[in-house]
Amino acid sequence: MAMTSQSLSKPRFQQLKTLRALALGLAIGFAAPAFADNLPEVQRLIKQGQYPQAMEKVDAYLSSRPKDAQGRFLKGLIYTEMNKPADAIAVFTKLSEDYPELPEPYNNLAVLYAQQKQYDKARTALEMAIRTHPSYAIAYENLGDVYAKLASQAYDKALQLDNSNAATQNKLALIRDLISTSGKGNVKPQAPVAAAAQPAAKPAPVAPAPTAPATAPSASVVTATPGAASTAAPAKVAEAKPAATPTPPPVAAPAPAPAPVAAAPAPAPAKANAADDDIAKAVNAWASAWSRKDMRAYFAAYSGDFNTPKGMSRKAWEAEREDRIAGKSGKISVSVSDPQISVNGDRATVKFRQHYSAPGLSSSASKTLVMVRSGSKWLIKEENAR
Amino acid sequence: MPSRKRVIAAALAVCLIGVGLAYRLQKPAPASPEARAALLQELPTAPVLGPVIDTSNRLPVTVSDSGPEGMLASIFNEIEANRLNNALDLTEALLRQHPNYRLANLIKGDLLLARTQPIRTFGALSDAPVDKVADLRAEAIVRLKGYREKPESNFVPRYLLQMQPDQRYAIVVDTKRSRLYLYENDVSNGGRPRFVADYYITHGKLGADKLIEGDKKTPVGVYHVTANLPRQKLADLYGSGAYPINYPNEWDKQQGRKGSGIWLHGTPSDTFARPPRASDGCVVLTNQDLDAVAKNLQVGLTPVIISPSVEWLSLDDWAKERDELNKTIESWRNDWESRDTDRYLRHYSKRFKSADQSYEQFAAQKRQVNASKEWIKLKVNNLSVFRNPGKEEVIVVTFDQDYRSNNLENQMKKRQYWQREDGKWKIIYEGSA
Repeated sequence: MAMTSQSLSKPRFQQLKTLRALALGLAIGFAAPAFADNLPEVQRLIKQGQYPQAMEKVDAYLSSRPKDAQGRFLKGLIYTEMNKPADAIAVFTKLSEDYPELPEPYNNLAVLYAQQKQYDKARTALEMAIRTHPSYAIAYENLGDVYAKLASQAYDKALQLDNSNAATQNKLALIRDLISTSGKGNVKPQAPVAAAAQPAAKPAPVAPAPTAPATAPSASVVTATPGAASTAAPAKVAEAKPAATPTPPPVAAPAPAPAPVAAAPAPAPAKANAADDDIAKAVNAWASAWSRKDMRAYFAAYSGDFNTPKGMSRKAWEAEREDRIAGKSGKISVSVSDPQISVNGDRATVKFRQHYSAPGLSSSASKTLVMVRSGSKWLIKEENAR
Repeated sequence: MPSRKRVIAAALAVCLIGVGLAYRLQKPAPASPEARAALLQELPTAPVLGPVIDTSNRLPVTVSDSGPEGMLASIFNEIEANRLNNALDLTEALLRQHPNYRLANLIKGDLLLARTQPIRTFGALSDAPVDKVADLRAEAIVRLKGYREKPESNFVPRYLLQMQPDQRYAIVVDTKRSRLYLYENDVSNGGRPRFVADYYITHGKLGADKLIEGDKKTPVGVYHVTANLPRQKLADLYGSGAYPINYPNEWDKQQGRKGSGIWLHGTPSDTFARPPRASDGCVVLTNQDLDAVAKNLQVGLTPVIISPSVEWLSLDDWAKERDELNKTIESWRNDWESRDTDRYLRHYSKRFKSADQSYEQFAAQKRQVNASKEWIKLKVNNLSVFRNPGKEEVIVVTFDQDYRSNNLENQMKKRQYWQREDGKWKIIYEGSA
């Protein structure tokens, strides 16, 4: 199971912070700006893996403003990174009590609980996140994973499946991506949320992996801030799943990473053969067509016998895609990174991370395309979110 | 544009259709859609129980047991009605009560999985072991059926014709329905059997009608509890207790039925319940049900009648059968007192056998003994009359026999098997009990 930990979107706190800074400014005058500058530094240190230093800074920051949500959130993240889940849980729990309207602490609590296999607690936390923020896409995705895990546990009990070895396999991918300091996020439920709802609502251009249980659903990194410099190559944890584990939810995982449009066609090393090149090109062309909302080119990337999701008709599928791509207002950006291509004759499997951004929502998720050669072209035969 | 939430709701609806359909398929299917609708709407009413039942003048059923059937029925109702959240809440409540209830865990797994993907069947986990899912499905079906089809108060199992006064309760097991019915001997009401409760049971892996050792079948017949083996002396498999029954009984031995060690017992600690067909021949209850039933068991006394499919009689028909048999027994008693050996022997089948005598030997001995009698007084006390389940019409009669004559007095507990031959009841076996 993969789970996404949410970094606190800065903009959400912009207002709080401003107010607080104002208050501090009144009280201590000169001190405030200095403190305010501390958080980006903390984030930088976290990114660099210098957790003790980051902790020092954040503690210093919090010493004069112990209530500060952003600082405490970072502190929780640092504890998480330092593998101190009990401390991290304590921080996020307190934070969720003090700021019950924020979904992020709940979400990260859920990630921590899930790591400890306390799926019931994880579920409660995520349901709280959604209650406070009904369009919070990440929480839905995580909740889907938790439900699947709980279902799997229930099935184990019902059918006496021996998943005793699952313990070691079940590693969560905790995303360490931190917020950027620029851009605006879905701070307020209203505006960004409405927008966010759109991509979220799409059952993804993804066939819900009908049978295949095996592959690990990977974490989707969501930095809720379209402006975020998503460097996060999300730790995709290949977990040998217990055979019993149900397939991941057919949840759309449109992912963020808007900035890194760099459709890192990094894959093909020089020695890569021609087929790999052709396939990489085809995938990038497909992503590009999607970004341009060029439906003709987009559909042309799919083979005539493309396995439509849930067995819907080709026509219905095209209509749905059209509605969700061409019918969407605002800019869409889709890019691909870390492609891994394996060719087998006229058939190829391409795994990559798909970075998606649209107004109000961005996401990054792993995707697998099964492609078939048709003449000189490679066309998409299957599209799976895993 | 639909919101995320609505999409999820829509997906759940799709799941529900899957669940609902699959679950619906498992329901006992009445003839018409209307009947089905009615069945679904009026859960608490009791539909047809057995072939003998007259469906006119039904009474509402008021008695219920404390098993999970009520909860299961509610859960499936919620699923039918597309209220999956309620269904999950109820399932989790049921699991709080019985944490290792496998069926409830399966339903919980389905309901949770339905939140993440469409599911199309009961036990929707891919690669689920087919046999185990089938077992749990079978349990769900028989439990819901048992819940919906309670015995009616004006019908009684045909087997309980007459209990002796000190038999306070009788047990009737229906293996096809996986159900155990507990009846009270309503002495104040002329010994009429009064329904007390019914329970889900597990029986033999290979069904009923035990014949030989190791055939993994549950015997069919009239038995009684012979001992109470306390939990401390038992392996975990037997759960909270065990009550052996007297298989093979005299009749079984005559019929050449072999095997032993048929018990009523509880359930091992790793599960709340076992599948409908899972034992080696024993009748297995959940521990809580065994404890409830055990309170009413009298060692050496409580009848345990096991049938593949219980026949039910209206009280009128039941009274008629009982009267007929009482008259037959009374006529046997009279004819013995009459010392007219031919009249007396009319009651015995030519195929009669006792433990050590054939009909001819028995007849010769009776003629010889009766010749020395000037008078005979015979009292039949504590009479019980049970019909033996099965196609052959056989009655098991047990009583305390008080025999006095000019040269001999004897008291014994006697058991006879009567069989209907050419419309007449004849004794086919008798011996001390």
